[in-house]
Amino acid sequence: MLEYLYFPHDISTFGPQIDWLFLLIFWIVAVVWTAVMIAMVVFMIRYRTRPGRKAEYIEGNSRLEIIWTTVTAAILIVLAFMSRSTWADIKEHGPPGDVFYAVTGKQFNWEITYPGRNARLGTKSDIIVENELHVPVNKVVRIDLTSKDVIHSFYVPNMRLRQDAVPGRIIHVWFEATETGQYEFPCSQLCGFGHSGMKGNLTVQSQEDYDKWLKDLYANPPAPPSATEGASPK
Amino acid sequence: MSSAAAVAAHGAHAEHHALGFWRTYIFSEDHKMIGKQFLFMALFMMAIGGLMAMLMRWELAFPETQVPGFHWVPEPFMYEGAIPPNTYNAMFTMHATIMIFFVVMPILVGCFGNFLIPLMIGARDMAFPKLNMLSFWAGAVAGVILLSSFFVTGGPAAAGWTSYAPLSAVPIYTGVDWGQNLWCISIIVLGASSLMGSINYITTIINMRTRGMYFFRLPLTIWSLFITAILLLLALPVLTTAIALLLFDRLGGTHFFLPAGGGEPLLWQHLFWFFGHPEVYIMILPAMGIASDVIATFSRKPIFGYRAMAYAMIAIAGLSWIVWGHHMFVSGMDPVLGGSFMLTTMIIGVPSAIKTFNWLGTLYKGNIHYTAAMMNALAFVAMFVIGGMSGIWMACTPVDMYIHDTYFIVAHIHYVLFGGSLFGVFAGLTYWYPKMFGRMMNEGLGKIHFWITFVSFNCTFFPMHILGMAGHMRRIYNPQQYDFLKPIIPINEFITISAFVLGAAQFLLLANIVWSYFMGAKATENPWFANTLEWTTPSPPPHGNWPGTVPIVYRGPYEYSSPEVAEDYLPQSQLLEHSAGAADRRAR
Repeated sequence: MLEYLYFPHDISTFGPQIDWLFLLIFWIVAVVWTAVMIAMVVFMIRYRTRPGRKAEYIEGNSRLEIIWTTVTAAILIVLAFMSRSTWADIKEHGPPGDVFYAVTGKQFNWEITYPGRNARLGTKSDIIVENELHVPVNKVVRIDLTSKDVIHSFYVPNMRLRQDAVPGRIIHVWFEATETGQYEFPCSQLCGFGHSGMKGNLTVQSQEDYDKWLKDLYANPPAPPSATEGASPK
Repeated sequence: MSSAAAVAAHGAHAEHHALGFWRTYIFSEDHKMIGKQFLFMALFMMAIGGLMAMLMRWELAFPETQVPGFHWVPEPFMYEGAIPPNTYNAMFTMHATIMIFFVVMPILVGCFGNFLIPLMIGARDMAFPKLNMLSFWAGAVAGVILLSSFFVTGGPAAAGWTSYAPLSAVPIYTGVDWGQNLWCISIIVLGASSLMGSINYITTIINMRTRGMYFFRLPLTIWSLFITAILLLLALPVLTTAIALLLFDRLGGTHFFLPAGGGEPLLWQHLFWFFGHPEVYIMILPAMGIASDVIATFSRKPIFGYRAMAYAMIAIAGLSWIVWGHHMFVSGMDPVLGGSFMLTTMIIGVPSAIKTFNWLGTLYKGNIHYTAAMMNALAFVAMFVIGGMSGIWMACTPVDMYIHDTYFIVAHIHYVLFGGSLFGVFAGLTYWYPKMFGRMMNEGLGKIHFWITFVSFNCTFFPMHILGMAGHMRRIYNPQQYDFLKPIIPINEFITISAFVLGAAQFLLLANIVWSYFMGAKATENPWFANTLEWTTPSPPPHGNWPGTVPIVYRGPYEYSSPEVAEDYLPQSQLLEHSAGAADRRAR
C-alpha cells in the first residue's frame, strides 16, 4: 500500500514498525475525516436556508461534549503509548553493534571515518572517505554522528532514519540493512547555500563484497580531506 | 475601573472634534483606523511574501531555469532570471518571516483585534490609544527594516525563519552578513509592537466591557483574541531574548549558541520553539474565533457548546506551553524527553477536536445562508480538520523520524496557516468589511475568489503530503539532484501550476476590496442580522463608536432563532420586557 503513496522501498529492520504506525494513523485519520466530512456535507445540504424555515434553537449537549472529548483523548493517548514502545526500541535500547563508523557533516559533504586495520575508531589508522558509506548487509551498524560547522541531518529515506548532526555533540545512530543495493543519504537540515545537493551514497554489500572493498580501501587510502575545508564556505 | 466608570471616562471621546489629515489617517489613535492600517500593511506584505512563494514554486518545478519576466533582477540576486541557491534560501526565509510576522499576525491580531475588541465589548476605544498607535508604527518600522535587508550586500537572511544556530550565528556559514542582523533587529522591534498591542488588548477586555458584558457573554472572537493576547505577552519576550543572544553571537563575539566557545546549538531551538509553539496557536486561535462567529450568524443558530468552545481555547493555550519539544524529536534531544512531548502533543489534539465537533453541531438543524463569508468559514473548518489531523503523524515520534523536515510538514503548516488562518481572514474580512468601510463587498466576486482559492489551494498543498511521504526534504532548491526523488517530478510541476492559479486568484480579493470601497452597496447598520454589539452602530462607526450611549448587554452573543422572539436573531443589547434579561437589569 505504501508503494502507492510513493514511499521509498524499506531496507531497515525498524522500518516496518514505523510504516505500520504510519498506516495505523492513516486509517484512523481516514475514518475520522470521512465521518466528519460526511456529517458536514449532509448538514450543509440538509439545513440550507429555505423560505419560511427557522433554525432549531439548540445551545449544546453536555453528554455529547463528554463523549467526544473522552473518545478522542482515549484514542490519542493509546496511540502515544503504542508509539512510545516503538520509539524506545529504536532510540533507547538498540542492539549491540557489529561495525562502527564515525560520520561527520560539514558544509557540504559527509565525512565517513572507517576504522583502520586495527578495527578501532579514533586511532591513527582511521581512513576518511567523503560521501561513500559502505556497510555489510544484515549487520548492526553503529555510527557516531557529529558536525564540524552547522547542524546537518543524516537522512536515509530507505531506512526511515533521520538524525540531526550537531556540532559539539556526538550522537549515536544505529541501523541494520536487510537488502544490498545503492541508496542515497541526503542532508535534511538547512545547512547553507550548498544544502541542496549535499548527499552521500550508501552501498549495502554482502559480507564478501564488503570485505573486498575494505581491503581495497586499506591498500589505497584516499588523501585525507584538507583541514580547512568545511570550516569555511567556498 | 468599573465598566460604568470606563464608559464615563471615555464619553469624552464621543464629542469628537475634527482632526487633521495626519491625526486621522496616519498617526491615528482611533482603534478602527489602526486596525485598517494593520490590514493595509498586511495586504502589502502579503503581495511580497506571495511573490517569493511563486518564485520558489517555479524553481522547484523547473529548477535552475530562467524565470520568465525576471531578467531585470540584478546579480547576484538572480542571474538572467535564474535563481541561485542562496537567493532561494533567502526567499523561503523571507516568505515565512513575512507571512507569519507581517501578514497573519497583523491581520488576525492587529487588524481584527484592534477593530473588533472595543466594538464587540461595548467600549469607546482601547484602554491605551497612544500605545495602540505606537504598536502599529513599531510594526511598520519593523517591516521597513525587514524589507531594507533586500538591499544590503549579501542579501536578506537565508537561514530559514527558524534561524537555527550556528548557521544563523556566524556570517560565513550563510554568506549573509547584515541581512541576518536586520532580520534580528526587525523581529525584536516587531516583538515590542506585539507586546504593546497585547497589553492593550488584555487591559481593554478585562476593564472596559460594557454593563452586562460578563466574560461568558463575550463573542468567541473576543475570547480568542483575549487568549491570543495572553500568549503573545508571554511568548514574544522569549523570542526577543533568544534573538538578542543571537545578535550578541553575531556582533559581540559571544558564544551562546556556538560550541567552539562552549555554547549550545540546541539552546536556540529550545528557546525558539518555546516561543514558536504558542506562536502557532497565536496564528490560529483568532481564526477559530472568527469562524465561530461567522458560522453561528449564518447558521442562524447558537454556537454549539459555547462554554466548551471557550474552555477548549483555554486548554489549547495552556497545553501550547508544554509541546515545543515535538519540533526537536530528531535534534539530538534526549529520546526519553521526546516520548513525553509526544504525549502532550497528542493531548493538544483533543481540544482541537472538541472545537471541530462543536462547529458541526452548530450546523446541525441550522438554517444555513451561503454567503461568501460563510463559505470561507466552512472552508476554514474543513481545512483545519486536515491540517490538525496531519499533525498526528508528526506527533508520533517514530513516524516523525521519517517525515520530519520533509514536504509533509510544509503541507501541514500550510493547511493550518493558509487553509486555517487565511480562510479565517477571508471570512472575517468579508463579514466585517461593511462595518469597516461602510460598504458591502461584492458577493459574486467574493464567491468566485473563494472557489478558485479553495480548489487551487487544495491542488497546491494536498499533493505536498505525498512529496513528504516520498522523502522530499524541505528547503532544497533542486529536487532533481536526488535519484530517489525522480518519480515525483510531475507532482512538483502540478503543484507549481496550481500555486500560480492560487497566487493569481488573490488579485480577485484585492480587486474586490478596492472595487467595493468605491462602488459597493451602502451597508446598513446590521446587514447580516447579527447579535453582537458592533452591529448596533452605524457602518462605519463614528469616532467614539456609538453616536449615543454605549449599549447595555442582556444576554449571550449567539441567541439566534431564539423562541423568545419572532425574528431569527436577538441582539445582545435588545431589552425584552418579560425576559430574564429585564429581570437581570432590574436586579442591578
